[in-house]
Amino acid sequence: MSQINPSVQAKLNRAGRRRMVGEVLVMLLFLLFMVPFFLVVLNSAKTSAEIINSPVAWPGNWGQMFKNIATIFESPIVRYTSAFINSLIITVLSLAAIAFFSAMAAWVLVRNKKGWSTALFLMFVSAMVIPFQVVMFPLVQWFRIIGDSLRLPLLGTYHGIIFAYLGFGCSMTIFILHGFIKGVPLELEEAATIDGCGQVRTFFNVVLPLLMPAFVTVLILNGIWIWNDYLLPLLVLGTSGGMKTIPLAVAAFAGAFVKQWDLILTSTLLAMIPIIVLFLFAQRYIIKGMVEGAIK
Amino acid sequence: MKRRGSVDFLFLFPCLLAFSMVILVPFGMGIYYALSDWNGVRSEINFIGFQNFKSMFTEPQFLFSFLITLQYTVINVIFVNLVGFALALMVTSQLKLRNFYRAGFFVPNLIGGLVLGYIWQFMFNNVLVVMGKGIGLPWLSSSLLASKDSVIWAMSFVNTWQYAGYIMMIYVAAIQAIPGSLMEAASVDGAGFFRRVRSILIPMVANAFTITIFLTLTTSFKQYDLNFALTNGGPAMRFMGKAIKSSQLLAMDIFSTANSRNLLAEAQAKAVVFFIVLVVFSLIQVTINKRREVEA
Repeated sequence: MSQINPSVQAKLNRAGRRRMVGEVLVMLLFLLFMVPFFLVVLNSAKTSAEIINSPVAWPGNWGQMFKNIATIFESPIVRYTSAFINSLIITVLSLAAIAFFSAMAAWVLVRNKKGWSTALFLMFVSAMVIPFQVVMFPLVQWFRIIGDSLRLPLLGTYHGIIFAYLGFGCSMTIFILHGFIKGVPLELEEAATIDGCGQVRTFFNVVLPLLMPAFVTVLILNGIWIWNDYLLPLLVLGTSGGMKTIPLAVAAFAGAFVKQWDLILTSTLLAMIPIIVLFLFAQRYIIKGMVEGAIK
Repeated sequence: MKRRGSVDFLFLFPCLLAFSMVILVPFGMGIYYALSDWNGVRSEINFIGFQNFKSMFTEPQFLFSFLITLQYTVINVIFVNLVGFALALMVTSQLKLRNFYRAGFFVPNLIGGLVLGYIWQFMFNNVLVVMGKGIGLPWLSSSLLASKDSVIWAMSFVNTWQYAGYIMMIYVAAIQAIPGSLMEAASVDGAGFFRRVRSILIPMVANAFTITIFLTLTTSFKQYDLNFALTNGGPAMRFMGKAIKSSQLLAMDIFSTANSRNLLAEAQAKAVVFFIVLVVFSLIQVTINKRREVEA
């Protein structure tokens, strides 16, 4: 068995070589694809003069990166720490509100097989085609009217923007959860009722725990959108107020330090780090969540 | 289980409230504002019929924005899907690092268009120019963002780079759902790689095309963040005898009509047209793709 026909051997060699070439080509392509990220890191460790001198050279002193980062943390325009905290508060609370309230709504819509529940469901679903641009200016006006007449300021506040995210996020979330809840056997809920659970307890003790896998999808889809969103915070929080999210801070910084690429790139690096770190830990869930969300 | 109407209502209430306050009411207001002389300052608003709609179709900037948005959308739908599909073939092959590549190609999606826009502005205006001069490529020696002929292509390039990894993941999911025996059988029957892709893979992933084309179409059409950070509409050019911005896509035109020119009612009318065009295009695309799916 040790002897291999020479022509088969040659064929195997050729296939092996082709595969090697393929491996190398894809590797090169991948490195090329990643070049913008490498350059952000490289140039975050340079001074403005060094970048003008050569944007592709290796940095002379990596310590410069910490100086750039310090400048950004100290800059009153960016206030990275406060922007990070704002982004975190807004994203986390909006996600909690969207997931929790949409699950309640979706459950009611699935379990009531009546005309009104179908109509409401269709209303939520059809609203998914409405682009943000059509509602953005009237929304600001409407929030201003509510704020003035009810003395309940929505513009420039946490609760205002979180409320807005709930409104924009609930349609798609209800849609995804609706599909998921349809697959939850009704017998489980009936068993809970027989055991003496009321409607509210059935939802919290039986249905909600079963929705965990669907929540992964919902949280990731909405989370990436809200964390990176620029227009809604721009309109609801405004540029003049003290409250900024990370995208607003980066835009304000790039607008104020025109062409100061050392600082602009460092600020983009700081904006990217939290997401990349999260991705490294939760890669599998993030990819699964985003793909499933699209397919549904 | 006996359902109580009061509990159902309480469960629906948060989503219904947010949805009506954030989408329904502003949407209705928006339609009315589009037909009015609303300017955001005066509290008195007069109905003026279709005047805002008439004026936009004689405005050079709007007409040009419309044209380049169509161009941008078509370029993106083609390139994002081609590249995404090619990447999907690559990362579903026998490559050693395929899972690593999969995650890597996906990363640009997690980062907002705003941050990526600044990074690519740096790439186009600094890095590529230096490299172009170094290698002696005249077309790279001045920034691709500075010429009205190349700026849309440069923007599409960035969009493709950002979005192809996401589309790739959707294709990967579709390809992995194809039974392996099918491809093996074809291979045994002597079908080469391209033959297998054309005769088995593409027909089998046909319903993925409906989703991916829909996603690329709608996101390109609504593009704002990347446009704002990468070019901010520039460079200037002449069109129909007027000076206009050569890379100002529709979403940006709507925004700047309201913000820099303070014409809120006109901006709202443009947004309504934008919404109608988007809905019509998506419906046409989904109908065509669905018909194909059935045939395939």
